[in-house]
Amino acid sequence: MNLGVLALIVINKAGGLIYNRTFGDGLNQLNTNDYLVLAGTFHGVHAITARLNPLKGLMHAQQQQQAALTAGGVPIPSRPDPPSGLEVMETENFRLQCFNTLTGTKFLLFTDTMQTNVDITIRKIYDLYSDYVMKNPFYQLEMPIRCETFDRKLNSYIREINSSR
Amino acid sequence: MSNLQPVKGSSKDQPGLRYPTSGKTIYHRPLNRTKAAELSGASFAYLFSEMVGYASKKIESIQDLEKRLNVQGHPIGLKLLDLLLYREPPRSQTRPLNIITLLHFIKINVWQHLFGRAADGLEKSSDPTKPDEYMIIDNEPLVNRYISVPKDMSQLNCAAYVAGIVEGVCDGSAFPARVTAHSVGKQEEGEMWPGRTVFLVKFAPEVMEREGYLGKG
Repeated sequence: MNLGVLALIVINKAGGLIYNRTFGDGLNQLNTNDYLVLAGTFHGVHAITARLNPLKGLMHAQQQQQAALTAGGVPIPSRPDPPSGLEVMETENFRLQCFNTLTGTKFLLFTDTMQTNVDITIRKIYDLYSDYVMKNPFYQLEMPIRCETFDRKLNSYIREINSSR
Repeated sequence: MSNLQPVKGSSKDQPGLRYPTSGKTIYHRPLNRTKAAELSGASFAYLFSEMVGYASKKIESIQDLEKRLNVQGHPIGLKLLDLLLYREPPRSQTRPLNIITLLHFIKINVWQHLFGRAADGLEKSSDPTKPDEYMIIDNEPLVNRYISVPKDMSQLNCAAYVAGIVEGVCDGSAFPARVTAHSVGKQEEGEMWPGRTVFLVKFAPEVMEREGYLGKG
């Protein structure tokens, strides 16, 4: 039985798969084509879910009006936070957490359903990405990630998490 | 500063630089006034990344790229030698006069100034046919911290830039040398230090000749 963090997928802002890795043995492997399809599909689904909440914009407008009334002046327009879209998906076998960076890169982390503090884990993975991928002069933006140091740091970090429980 | 007597009371009729009574000039002060006097690692990483990118434009071979990085580092070494010697206390304020003092100066002072720690090792080549080769070892060079070299450029080591600095220090103190950086992380010790780098310092024949005479005297 596998516990802890199971897999990581990184999707670029165009919906292309740029990184995938599984942790722990005995997992069924997808072939490369399926990974690409999964990344593309998720990208589409995420774009749809980001527009599924019509209340958010409405509530924001109401709040603004209220604030303007109490202040008695002209309402100052401000842009609402962009909707975040799909963040977590839970099934009986695994939990999928999505972290969308400000530039539109998506990190998908597959864990088992009992895993805690996944948002911290995924933040730390983003840290590693911004250090060992973005500061590497040989990495081309939006292209598949082939960075030895990133692999190594990621592996040791995930191993640490998986062995601590 | 014993060799620079502060001019007292006669600064009006005496031209030239004035020295404060403490003997500490502006060159003794680091540009960065904070206590730790440290720079941002991230800014340096981005800057160095751009430098490598700039150096890898229109190159013919990996040696070409390493040569360019070396050339970028060379003037830094030349200038750093003067600055660091100037900051030394007056009685030890001489430039290194033999190979061992020079390499020791590089291993301790230069490394401390640039990277905040001394280098991890200093060795003489074990090959008796190459007495002119010395090795400075760094287990994790700062410049390589975030760099993964792609498979098709496996001989490249971006610490060639640091090798250029070392070469500048050697040239500046009249010990002309060729300095190259080599990755040795893949060998048996590689598990612990995958980025281990050896800076191979190969002195010019005239340096070895002079060293021979000095040793006899």
